[in-house]
Order: sequence, then structure tokens, then C-alpha cells
Amino acid sequence: MPRMNMVQALNSAMDIMLDRDQNVVLIGQDIGYFGGVFRCTDGLQRKYGEHRVIDAPIAEGGIVGSAIGMGVNGLRPVAEIQFADYIYPGCDQIISELARLRYRTAGDFYAPVTIRTPCGGGIRGGQTHSQSPEGIFTHLCGVKVVMPSNPYDAKGLLIAAIEDDDPVIFFEPKRIYNGPFDGEPDKPAVPWSNHEKGEVPSDYYTIPIGRADVVREGEEVTMLCYGTMVHVCLAAAQAMDVDAEVIDLRTLSPLDVETIRQSVEKTGRCVVVHEATRFSGYGAELAATVQETCFYSLEAPILRVTGWDTPYPHAFEWDYFPTKKRVSKALEDVLELA
Amino acid sequence: MSRKPRLHIPPAPARPGADPDFSYIDIVEAGSVPRPDPHTRLREIPNSLIFDMVRVLDDAHAPVGPWDPQLDPEELQAGLRFMLETRLYDDHMLRMHRQGKISFYMKSRGEEAVSVAAAMALRPGDMLFPSYRNQGLQISRGRNLADLMNQCLSNSADMCKGRQMPIMYHWRRGNIFSISGNLTTQYPQAVGWAMAAAIKGEDDIAASWIGEGSSAEADFHHAMTFAAVYMAPVVLNIVNNQYAISTFQGTAGGERRPFAARGPGYGIPGIRVDGNDFLAVYAATTWAAERARAGTGPTLIEHVTYRVDAHSTSDDPSRYRSKAEPQAWPLGDPVERLKAHMIKFGQWSESRHEALVAEITEQVASAWEEACSYGTMAEGPFLDKNELFEDVYRDMPTHLIQQREQMLEVDRWGEEN
Repeated sequence: MPRMNMVQALNSAMDIMLDRDQNVVLIGQDIGYFGGVFRCTDGLQRKYGEHRVIDAPIAEGGIVGSAIGMGVNGLRPVAEIQFADYIYPGCDQIISELARLRYRTAGDFYAPVTIRTPCGGGIRGGQTHSQSPEGIFTHLCGVKVVMPSNPYDAKGLLIAAIEDDDPVIFFEPKRIYNGPFDGEPDKPAVPWSNHEKGEVPSDYYTIPIGRADVVREGEEVTMLCYGTMVHVCLAAAQAMDVDAEVIDLRTLSPLDVETIRQSVEKTGRCVVVHEATRFSGYGAELAATVQETCFYSLEAPILRVTGWDTPYPHAFEWDYFPTKKRVSKALEDVLELA
Repeated sequence: MSRKPRLHIPPAPARPGADPDFSYIDIVEAGSVPRPDPHTRLREIPNSLIFDMVRVLDDAHAPVGPWDPQLDPEELQAGLRFMLETRLYDDHMLRMHRQGKISFYMKSRGEEAVSVAAAMALRPGDMLFPSYRNQGLQISRGRNLADLMNQCLSNSADMCKGRQMPIMYHWRRGNIFSISGNLTTQYPQAVGWAMAAAIKGEDDIAASWIGEGSSAEADFHHAMTFAAVYMAPVVLNIVNNQYAISTFQGTAGGERRPFAARGPGYGIPGIRVDGNDFLAVYAATTWAAERARAGTGPTLIEHVTYRVDAHSTSDDPSRYRSKAEPQAWPLGDPVERLKAHMIKFGQWSESRHEALVAEITEQVASAWEEACSYGTMAEGPFLDKNELFEDVYRDMPTHLIQQREQMLEVDRWGEEN
């Protein structure tokens, strides 16, 4: 089985889809000749040509707007927004147009656009290269929101996203492009090559959008997480020797409520972990969903470990970031409560 | 003299009570602007296309100069018919709004040529990305008026299934895209559509329309940049009707240079055209379409016209502009000008015109009758409210199935209590 990091797995997904479907085109800044600032599209323009792997001007609104037009004209565009921090100029096109086109035309027009964008912190990127804006997009009706936590899932989910007739915002946690990160910044970086999810088939496969993955089974507490936080949660559970069930949501919207319900009914406790800020964040939706569906199973309040409600601080990154230490303390707290 | 910056506020042409003043619009003699070959390089296209005005019909209603599209009588009659249909449809729908039959409406009086002549100069396979005052595009492509009315009524035959306010039409089979209330969003979408046509090697082109007011939106810049960079086969139209609600064109950035002049800054030719001259709009669109279809690139066309009526049924222009403005508008009325031209050359007569108006009036009335048979705001048949949850996604996700059930539960609870 080939071993890939997440960058290579994403590249493989796009390579396969460019090959399988003539209507797939890629568009974004620096993605063509150069192969992308994170190398995700390396070699694809050389292989498929300048008309299918298109270098774009620095204009996120133009990238999304033109991708919508391409989608309406029968193509299946995959747009890259270089950093999730830069997606905001494209938001009118995403929120008012892409998300609602099928609805407002009663299904007569739709644009099967996938928007890939690297997100999250832990790379010393400061406030303009570290944000986690997924909650803005999970709040929309009409787009799906995906965030993988490992190379195997990344490839299968990206192929599924490209094939999906609905628009998908595909967040790529850039801290784990090259290796899993367990939330201990002082430890040396580890590559994907030693991780079981670094084993990635070179052929086509999909992972269905809308299904969470129970990555660690347990009886004491349910940990809801996605992206980089999956690895932090696993590390914290192990370090604290807690029998935690860790659920990698993989798709944030539509949410796999059933997998969450089954878990929390079993454990009776729940910790929600994400990098994004807390207030009105995606974790609030998770907490509300858990109490609506599992209230009578709960033995303790649901806890949230998140980025603090401040802009992303460059120098204090490891105080802001939900590190293994912060998640570990939350595990202790949730088990002591009630 | 003191030399320091002072915030400049563009002066309005004529506020209520003042005399109309259109002296800010430079109007050249019809036929005075040269017509370069459509494949001329940008740097060789004369500036008069931007700073003067492409006009074909002179003051005596004769076609003059190199832009005369030399349409045959049947085409002129079709153009006149589509413009009249648009106008009478508008008039009817405004009355229906006044009678409380529809919730909102927007007329296009005075701007009919901008849509009708352009639609006729393009091919049926060309994809149109309209703004909200382009009903003439729909009508010129043969849309059943009842279909448009159904949308305004949100009735059981509404193509939007009640999900859009009136006038936000679309027509997949007629290659007319959906109208958005978020302005200028359709501009980069049209460019993307055109890019896809070029990628696929097809020779259909895209065309889009915005008002001069919304040319200030970032999406104008996105569209112009992408269209220029990729030489997208697209015709980008700015309908300069002088007003965006109360915001006159000076506030939109048109005070010192025509909107057409924005084209060359991006590497795109601009044409400033008399938007009330059916023949000039037709000719400019043909020129731009030929460029686009042959791969020569995009064109920006500014149509100089005037919004005769209110912005919408929610607007009262007497609060911000002189009531005498519509009569003082120097470029006349597009229907009257084409009609006079046709009469002058013996292709039309007052009596034929009257008969046509009567025929279309009858057509509009019977279309309204047909539309009402699919339901009105007061009387059914109504749309099925279960469909409220359809088409958010291709397949309905679990949470929407649950929410639909919750909605029905509330109804059942309401009936029991």
C-alpha cells in the first residue's frame, strides 16, 4: 500500500478526478505552474494542461464567482482559496449565490463547485494564516462542509466532494498536511509515514460525505472533534488514561447526529473540541444537538475546548490553541463533574 | 487660494423642484463614431467609441453612419413588438401591484431597447446573465408571459416554487440565468460560464447586464479582470439609466469619465452607446458578439438610457429627482424612436401600431387570466409547503426531513388547539 502525506493524498484525489472526468477543472492562485503554495496541485497542470489547472488572479470573489459560472455551464470546478483566512472576499458569492442557486431556481440551475482551503493554526501563522472559519459555512443552508483528519480520509472525501452535485467547502487542516499533531508543540514533528491512515490506495475510492468515524471506542466520555483536534483528543485520552470514545466528525454539515447520539447515550459525558473561537461557534451547535438528542443520558454538563474568543495571537499561539494540556484538563473536569 | 483637499460630493443633476439638467451627458451626432473592424486590437480602437456615443438613428429617424445594422423590416417589427410586449407587460404588472395582486414589481420603461435589441443580436444558445430590469430579454426569447406572471404570483406554476420575490425569474430552456438581489454577482458568473465555453471549445458566448450603480461593486472588478485575463467570450453590459434608486450616476463614479472608459483600463474595449436607439444597441451587441465568438475577447458596453419610472414599487422618485426629468431626457423613448423610423420608411403605420398595441394588450390580459388559473396570492391552487425543504441540497438530508416533520407537527397541534 502506498504511503502518502495529506498533500499527496489530496493531489492523488484531484489527479484521479481530472483523469476520470473531463469536466473537472481546478482554479486558484499559484496552483498551476507552481503547483500550489502547499504543493497540493503539484504536477497536475503539466499533466492535464493550462486549460484544466488554471492559475487565477488574486481575487477570491472572482475565483468563486467564475467557478459558479463554470459549474452552471457543465464543468465541475475545484477552486482553491490559498488560506481560509482569505475566503471572506468570496463570501457573497458563496453565501448568496453558490449555496442558494439550486434552491432559488427550484433545481433548474446548480453549480457543483468544491472549494478547497487550508485552515487552522499551529504553524506560527498569526491571525491571517491560522483561522478556522468553518462555523461561518456550517451556518449556511445549501453547502456541505468537510474537514478530514488524515491522508486516507482526505483523498476519499475530496473525491466524494468533487463528485457531489452540491457545493462542498473542503477545509484542509494545514498543521497536519505533513504529519499528525497531538497538540504538544515542543515535541518533534512526526510524518504520516508511520501512521496507519498514511496508507493510501493509489486508486479511486470515496468516503461518503455525512458520516462520522469513531476513531477510538470508549465508555467514559465522548469526544467530538475534527481535523487536527482528532489527534489532540486521542493523545489527551491516552495521556489521561481515560476510556474516551473519540468521534472524528469528518463532515461538519450535514452532521452525522446518529453516530453522536449512540456514543453519548453510552458514555453520558461529552467534550467538544475545536480550534475555532467559542462564542456562536460550531461547538455550540454540537452541544445543543447533544442535549436535544441525549439529555436524559447526560451525567455532566457538556464541555467545550476551543480557541479563546480573541483574534488568533501570533506570540501566544500555544496558550490559545487547544493543546493536549488543555484537552487533558477538560477530560479531568468532565469526569469529575456532576 | 488655499490648496488643501476638500471632500468632493458629486452634485445631483436636478433635485425635486429644480429644472432638469442633462447637460452632463455629451451627445454627439448620430453616425459620427467610426466602426472599427471587431477584431481590431485594443490600442487601435478609437477613443471616440468610449467618449462619444454610438448612435444610428438621427433626429429625423433615419439610420446614418457605419453602425447601421441594416435590419430587414421583419426584424424591426419583431423588435418593436418585443419592446411593446415588455412595456405593456410592465404596465399590467404595475396595475396588478396597485390592486394588491402581487407584492412587488420593477418596470423597465425607457430601457426596453437595451434588453430587446441585445437579445435579438445574440444567438439562442448564448447564455444571458440578467439584472433585475431585463425582462425584455425573456420576452425577446419567446417566453410565455404567463410564466413570468406565475413567478410574480408565487403560484403553483412558479418556476421558482415560491422561493424568490417577484421578477427574480430564470429560464433554463431559454438560456437565461437566475436573477439575484445581490448586485453584480452575475457578472463574474457570466465570465466563468464563458470561460467554460472556451475550455470546452464551444462557440456559445455569455452576456451579462448590471446597472451603472452596481458597477461600483467588487464583482465588477472581478469580472473585468477575469474576462480580460482569460479573453473570455463574454459581452458585459452596463445599463447606465442614471439612477440606482436615488443614487445618481455621479455617486457611482460616472462624473468625470463614461462608464465605458473602464474597459480599456482592464484591456477590454468599451463602447458607449445610445441605449434608447434600438439600432445602435443591436449594432454594438453584434460587434461585441462577433469579437467574443471569434476569440478576440470580451467587450464592455455602456448603454446610456434613463429610468423613466420608479426603481420599484417600493420607491418614490419624486423625493429625490425633478418630476420633469423624464420629459426632458434628451435621448427620447426607444419605442417611439423605432416606431418613427419604421413609419418614415413605410414599414409601419399608426394604424398598424394601434392594432399591435391592442393585440398585445389582449395577449397580456389572457396571459394574466391563465396565470391566475394556477393560483393567486389570495386563492389557490397554492404551492405545496412541503416543498419548502426541497432543493436546498440535491437529496434531502436527515435534519431537513426532521424539520419538515416538525413543521407539520405544529400544524397538527394548531388544528387541535
